[in-house]
Amino acid sequence: MFGLLVFFALPLVALVVRVPWSDITDDLSDPAIRPALRLSLVCSVAATGLSVVIGVPIAWLLARVEFPGKAVARALALLPLVLPPVVGGVALLVAFGRRGVVGQYLDDWFGIRLPFTTWAAIIAETFVAMPFMIITVEGALRGVDTRYEEAAATLGAGRWTVMRRVTLPAIGPSLLAGITLTWARALGEFGATITFAGNFRGETQTMPLAVYLALQTDTGAALTLSLVLLVISIVVLALVGRRVWGR
Amino acid sequence: MLAAAAATAVLVSACSNDDDVTDRSLRVFAAASLTDAFTELGEAFEAVNRDADVEFNFGASSELVVQIQEGAPADAFASADEANMQKVVDAGLNASDPVVFARNRLAIAVEPGNPKGITGLADLADPDVTVVLCAEQVPCGTYADEALATAGVTLTPVSRGESVKATLSVVELGEADAAIVYVTDARASERVDGIDIPDEENVIATLPIAGLLDTGAPDVADAWVEFVTSAEGLAILEEYGFLAP
Repeated sequence: MFGLLVFFALPLVALVVRVPWSDITDDLSDPAIRPALRLSLVCSVAATGLSVVIGVPIAWLLARVEFPGKAVARALALLPLVLPPVVGGVALLVAFGRRGVVGQYLDDWFGIRLPFTTWAAIIAETFVAMPFMIITVEGALRGVDTRYEEAAATLGAGRWTVMRRVTLPAIGPSLLAGITLTWARALGEFGATITFAGNFRGETQTMPLAVYLALQTDTGAALTLSLVLLVISIVVLALVGRRVWGR
Repeated sequence: MLAAAAATAVLVSACSNDDDVTDRSLRVFAAASLTDAFTELGEAFEAVNRDADVEFNFGASSELVVQIQEGAPADAFASADEANMQKVVDAGLNASDPVVFARNRLAIAVEPGNPKGITGLADLADPDVTVVLCAEQVPCGTYADEALATAGVTLTPVSRGESVKATLSVVELGEADAAIVYVTDARASERVDGIDIPDEENVIATLPIAGLLDTGAPDVADAWVEFVTSAEGLAILEEYGFLAP
């Protein structure tokens, strides 16, 4: 147990030790940091929202509905977990790029070009992070005793009421856990984002991209940027974690 | 837990098994723009030095410098610009003085057939033309900014790639109309056409190479630097569009 803790904590401690504290005010006022931080928060929250809207119904289908090809559907929904993110990014590009299978029609018919826009960053993060939502919520839904829902229905509750008053409260903590995991994964997303959304300050350059590029010229600035991301992540995970997993 | 650790150890050692026989293997860190030329140079070098085995780590020069500074096992470093080589020298990590072995110029990579009719840097400012540049942090990005400034062209790229090859690939995939890359990259790719940038607007990139201090094979590293800077090495580099130093 102690060994595990050291394994996880050591690299983070090293990061904190190596941060050039004397330059920290300079590094923190780096013009790249503010837009990157803003984009990271906007994109990760939007990706989490999309994952709730799309992922929860998928989880419900997988947990409650029998349909042919379900095993394949589940494998597809979880595929981004095993796929290297860069591969995901390339796949998104050849699908939704302006020469992409779908993207060329988006461009021709609607004039929509996704790559290199903030939307692309959100889509890339959703693609990579949504499986965490699906896997968590599906497991929770399977754990809910359907007799409660049936009882509510026989007592005259409509489908929506059952969902709102019985199912959702029952899976509430898992939903919150799914939201947290999805958000955390989206916040750290790098490979799919740089491949599909590219790297441009204020448009698609999220914190992980800014860290990677800062590393090429100024290791100190990169460490400071990493520290900012680390602090935000730890604060959020600690706050939410208390509610989800107890104290 | 222990069993898992043991299994991992076995797997890892199986992966790196051939390390024992290649103790004369040479690890060359080289700028992404050198990918094609150095791969061929490596084969030519191995043909002459039969027991040598050259391995490459290609990437943005700036990224390679960070790896070298953080202790990556590198025997030689070939940079796309002098600024990044200087960082290695300043850190006292070079075994020999850097030698400029080639020069390179910029070109505009466009889609095959040049559908947007791009003839020079000024055309890239057209809002209908989507342009990608290398990131400001990597050599081809600073060179591109320099060339654009010289030509008095201001433009907003849709993205700034993390290396010259990543930047080029956006045009290769048809997701951008143009990219400013090196002549050699435009030439190496079959999926783009290269548009020349006239001398007065162009930038000449100088590529230095040096053996590194922390090497396990200093003699092979020296032989490699000598080979790259030899007439035979230059002939191969010129085949790929590089210029004599």
